[in-house]
Amino acid sequence: MTVYSTSDFRSGLKVMFEREPCLILENEFVKPGKGQAFSRIKIRNLKTGRVLEKTLKSGESLESADVIDREMQFLYEDGEFWYFMEPNTFEQYQADRKAVRNACNWLSEQDLCVVTLYNSVPLTITPPNHVELEIKETAPGLRGDTATGGTKTATLTTGAVIKVPLFLECGERIRVDTRSGEYLGRVRD
Amino acid sequence: MTIEVGPKWEPTAGIATLVERSRIVAIMRAFLVERGVLEVEIPILGGCSVSDPYIDSFEVFSESIEGFLQTSPESYMKRLLAAGSGDIFALGKAFRAGEIGIKHNPEFTMLEWYRVGWNEHELMAEIAELVSTLRPSIGCLTMSYRDAFMQHLGLDPHDICLSDLQKYVSSSAGDKWKSESRFNCLNYLFTNGVEPKLPEGLVFLYDYPECHAAFAQLYCNREGQVVSRRFEVYLNRLELANGYFELTDPREQHRRFDKDKQARVAMNKKIFKEDIRALAALNAGLPSCAGVALGVDRLIMQLLDKNCIQQIMAFGWTQR
Repeated sequence: MTVYSTSDFRSGLKVMFEREPCLILENEFVKPGKGQAFSRIKIRNLKTGRVLEKTLKSGESLESADVIDREMQFLYEDGEFWYFMEPNTFEQYQADRKAVRNACNWLSEQDLCVVTLYNSVPLTITPPNHVELEIKETAPGLRGDTATGGTKTATLTTGAVIKVPLFLECGERIRVDTRSGEYLGRVRD
Repeated sequence: MTIEVGPKWEPTAGIATLVERSRIVAIMRAFLVERGVLEVEIPILGGCSVSDPYIDSFEVFSESIEGFLQTSPESYMKRLLAAGSGDIFALGKAFRAGEIGIKHNPEFTMLEWYRVGWNEHELMAEIAELVSTLRPSIGCLTMSYRDAFMQHLGLDPHDICLSDLQKYVSSSAGDKWKSESRFNCLNYLFTNGVEPKLPEGLVFLYDYPECHAAFAQLYCNREGQVVSRRFEVYLNRLELANGYFELTDPREQHRRFDKDKQARVAMNKKIFKEDIRALAALNAGLPSCAGVALGVDRLIMQLLDKNCIQQIMAFGWTQR
């Protein structure tokens, strides 16, 4: 187990804080005129996503968190768990709703995702930045209206609801940015 | 085609910033010279380390000598004062190992000066004049450390008992602070609860707790509490300077050196030989005086509105 002292703290380091895996976002060296130096750190709890600020005494240390990112293929979901496979070893992992969070809005079978493992259990799922999905429900398209820039809501096959241009129809495939939920364009076969 | 990227050789400060820096330093020097304060140069590579358990010096070894890069010119300046120098200032480099951050560079520029026959309040007024020379419309607030604590945290830093203080600190900082010293607990609260709430401009805080005395004299304030005649100066919430109504009693000084030594032992830190020449100078007699050390780089950062100390140094630590 690697142990990081305050002088090793860098943004991007993954450490255990109060028994939770956390990501260091910022580290500031603080030293009052005479006296003990501190490290003021801003960390994100990787389980809950919450960001907190903490002050540690210089020389204190935190254990590294056993957190790794692996690229895996999404296989299927059964309502309770989402299943992923490591393409080289065929090892399978099941992720619960807490780990999948909003990623379920964008996942189609076969998609390659980044699965963040903590002690070999999926902690978070990061879908590809861009995915292709089919429109399941939307108001009828206004043919030829490709210029006015108006939008309407559309429900995708995954259940995600996003804004799309007026000319799109049910059954069309579109490309979406998973980080912002924005429509990027129509996929033509 | 690939482009070869060589080592980064450029200065960490822009040339225009260095022009400004040179102008500011010249004004500071002229300010003190015009007031009859004598400029002195003291060794940067000294024979003794620092007693303060929370400051580390760089040790220098070569074939025939062992020395220390000085963390402040203080002990040499006190030897000059004891020798009858009168008012003096030193403007030069100081070194502190391990202090690296956006507000810290291990090698930095310090302006330290002493006024014979003055008290700390007279010296604070002179610092305000110096900063006003550089930034004419600057706001200025002077208050006691106690009032700052009462105002922002609602507690009296001198009256609160240690166990209440530890409880208060550990409720936000965690259990590791439950057995922390009064000095460190107060520093934690000050750094996290008072400093961020200080107003813009110059802020002078005086009458520090007894445990913060370092080389300052003690006295009894209006509330009947024993406090130290130490002050700190903040500029836009950045700690800028630290001064004392200087301790002149050699026995008390010796007692404080011993206390520092015990603290170093408790922290498993290296013990260095005592600065016997500085003690001998105190025995010979230090005149009653007030002294202050001001971080020149920090002042320049604030005047030029820069966030990182390296941006106002020709070659900051990471590009040295």
